[in-house]
Amino acid sequence: MQRIGVFVCHCGSNIAATVDVKKVAEMALLEPGVVHAEDYQYMCSEAGQARIQAAIKEKNLTGIVVCSCSPRMHENTFRSAAEKAGLNPYMVEIANIREHCSWIHKDMEEATKKAVILARAAIAKVNLNAPLKPGESLVTKRALVIGGGIAGIQTAIDIADAGYEVDIVEKTPSIGGRMSQLDKTFPTLDCSACILTPKMVEAAAHEKITIYTYSEVEAVSGFVGDFTVDIRKKARYVDSDKCTGCGVCQEKCPSKKSLSEFNRGLNTRSAIYTPFAQAIPNVPVIDTDACIKMKTGKCGICEKVCQAGAIDYQQKDEIVTQKYGAIVVATGFDTIKLDNYDEYAYNQSKDVITSLELERVMNAAGPTKGHLERLSDGKHPKEIVFIQCVGSRCADNRGKSYCSKICCMYTAKHAMLIRDKYPDVNVTVFYIDVRTPGKNFDEFYRRAVEDYGVNYIKGQVGKVIPQPDGKLLVQGADLLDNKQILKEADMVVLATAIEPNPDVRKIATMLTASIDTNNFLTESHAKLRPVESPTAGVFLSGVCQGPKDIPETVAQAGAAAVKAIGLLAKDKLLTNPCTAKSDQLLCNGCSTCANVCPYGAISYEDIEVNDHGIRETRRVAVVNSALCQGCGACTVTCPSGAMDLQGFSNRQIIAEVDAICR
Amino acid sequence: MSHVNKAKQIKEISGVNPLKCMKCGKCSASCPSYNEMDIKPHQFVSYVQNEDIESLVASKSLWKCLSCFACVERCPRDVKPGKLIDAARQLVVREKGQTYLSPDEVPELLDPETPQQLLVSAFRRYRR
Amino acid sequence: MSIENNNEFRPKIVAFCCNWCSYAGADLAGSSRLAYPADVKIIRVPCSCRVNPMFILRAFEKGADGVILCGCHPGDCHYTTGNYYARRRMTLLFSMLDYIGVENGRTRVEWVSAAEGVKFSQTMNEFVEKIHSLGKNVRLGDLRCKN
Repeated sequence: MQRIGVFVCHCGSNIAATVDVKKVAEMALLEPGVVHAEDYQYMCSEAGQARIQAAIKEKNLTGIVVCSCSPRMHENTFRSAAEKAGLNPYMVEIANIREHCSWIHKDMEEATKKAVILARAAIAKVNLNAPLKPGESLVTKRALVIGGGIAGIQTAIDIADAGYEVDIVEKTPSIGGRMSQLDKTFPTLDCSACILTPKMVEAAAHEKITIYTYSEVEAVSGFVGDFTVDIRKKARYVDSDKCTGCGVCQEKCPSKKSLSEFNRGLNTRSAIYTPFAQAIPNVPVIDTDACIKMKTGKCGICEKVCQAGAIDYQQKDEIVTQKYGAIVVATGFDTIKLDNYDEYAYNQSKDVITSLELERVMNAAGPTKGHLERLSDGKHPKEIVFIQCVGSRCADNRGKSYCSKICCMYTAKHAMLIRDKYPDVNVTVFYIDVRTPGKNFDEFYRRAVEDYGVNYIKGQVGKVIPQPDGKLLVQGADLLDNKQILKEADMVVLATAIEPNPDVRKIATMLTASIDTNNFLTESHAKLRPVESPTAGVFLSGVCQGPKDIPETVAQAGAAAVKAIGLLAKDKLLTNPCTAKSDQLLCNGCSTCANVCPYGAISYEDIEVNDHGIRETRRVAVVNSALCQGCGACTVTCPSGAMDLQGFSNRQIIAEVDAICR
Repeated sequence: MSHVNKAKQIKEISGVNPLKCMKCGKCSASCPSYNEMDIKPHQFVSYVQNEDIESLVASKSLWKCLSCFACVERCPRDVKPGKLIDAARQLVVREKGQTYLSPDEVPELLDPETPQQLLVSAFRRYRR
Repeated sequence: MSIENNNEFRPKIVAFCCNWCSYAGADLAGSSRLAYPADVKIIRVPCSCRVNPMFILRAFEKGADGVILCGCHPGDCHYTTGNYYARRRMTLLFSMLDYIGVENGRTRVEWVSAAEGVKFSQTMNEFVEKIHSLGKNVRLGDLRCKN
């Protein structure tokens, strides 16, 4: 039997003016288990807390009920007061007789009656309380960053600068990501490579950062503070330690017909390749689908020409298993496939290109060495048409429902760069809306119109018709002049919608991180926790969470790093003790609870039981208290009633219901 | 019938919600009869939204639409302006008491004055 | 409740409020002094998905005249998806209760955010009024529980 003390607060006159506090204390004494009841002016004051502590010690109380303001206000105050007096803090319950009673009722008799009932419910609950202890779990002081683009690089550098080990896992042979493919960046027009490559070098040279390129996350287990991750290092067939990055192998390789991924398939590369000249690490990989040696066994030229003896055709994939305290997802984006948009003739004409392809065309290291030319015949274009919102803001199932956010600005950038470098080229932009929220963004767009003479037309393009002479006939509408426009163009550039990297689904599943209908990772709170996944210990950086430009990505990368550092800085994690707990004797191992758990906190294990002399193995649910956030979804879904929530157990809530309905 | 009811009826017949329109103009950009029309396809949507059906019904566009449905195919917002025009034509035809049309009657009706689009859309709706 | 004092019907109403939105909404109603009848007694639960249909049956069994469940708005759940589970469970439970004679008006699910003190108070006023119009709940009451 519990020995319960009840403390009724006057809250000055806030409670006492409408509730007869003496009566409440008096009535509480009649309840089972109550051995002490008193009222006081201000329970939360130091004197009030001292009275509680004295009563706990003198009357040897095992539980207390404070009838006062909302638990959201002072639950922690009274819990720590109780703890100081040697009582488990989870043996404290609050009856909210201020916000839920005295402040909303005027009639004293009625309010007092209700206060008595609220106190009764809290007493009934505390009678069934059990001491709870927050769990502790150790934190592995190492972070994993999945994705080596600007988001991943920035997050890794920030975490490493704080003194923690960071591993970057990047799928392609080099870090750098989408930003390395860009030519110039808005709104300052500085060269993308000039600002990115120093960051890449900084990350590679950082003593706390380990970079796994050409690698993928294979499996994730564990929980916040203690993840175990398998990383598959795909075979490069080149020994990274021996390779000097001289590039002779790439020059001599006879298989040169593979489409370059880095140049968006606009030109070719050799079978042994580094994606681009400033690649980090500057160690090539062999594309086994294209390598003649791999396919036929005859060739081996790269091995012969390599002075360092770095080529190793026998290399195998390697699995690295590593422990991490925090994981940051920075998987980035790709442009959508345009197969559903026949009207723009993307698949029919080489001169219809996406904006990302134009970035490569404009880049000095790109397929045209930076000269603006038609990809079909190499001629200099005179008339270029940009089409915005291709696949963005679509309510049908062909495109994406969201605004891709970056297209208005990069289209203005492209238009401006072209007009600047080639004043003889006419540039027309068909737009629906020009969206330029951002520092110096609208000024940038206006410059394109006012200073560079870019022709902006409000209206979407209906169709692009390739002509026999190689020109492209663009049929659009000018909604302001109410005219239909037929325009002959030499090139058409599509501001293609962006979508999360398709691999993110697989990664989110491994991390039990939630994902929205567009495959963007969900943040824990849209406004207040925008860089944290609802899964504890998993953080979000960059476009994997939603469309973003570079400054926003870098800002979010820093924010994700700070959140990860905040976690890694702790030696131990205190966990909320109000977690679910499964009764192994009742559990039938049906998995229903694991299916509803939003945190992946429930796993299963086989236990030996002795059921009336019969030994058998049973599969039962086990709740990981470090992961469980205590929502209670599993407790209701459990068909055998094995699952219960500590601190809000079935018996406790039923006791409250009974007390209220009595 | 009031113009409000007519607008409602057009929406019902066509199954189109004009509020979904984001005013991109892709319908007008796709329309082969654009230059013949006085009210352009994208304006059709706003006319229905603003319940100005009288102007629509009096417009040349009603009979210039080829019902090729290029706008319906390409509309990124699933608004389908072509269906609105189709529905407006239905409304006119029904008011004239020509609710039903059998193929046998068609030859009699054919005269240089009958807009061809009337028949196209009538057949589209009543061929079953 | 005995027949003698039945002339003024005071319903017993249990309100389950999730800790993150609706309980805070109720607190806001309190601090804004937005009155609602004292017949409503609030039980705090971590999330609307913690409310087992059993609790609601228990309340009716013990003589409650109405039960209302308040949670975060869809999409705003602190635990991401809890209120969706609650919504499904309650839809099933309420239709079953209706079938066995506990009128639909005696049960209700309402989404109340932490900022909606006014909505909380209005909801409770409406709900109590509805229970008044339905009168005392006679179904499901456990006769053994009668005083």
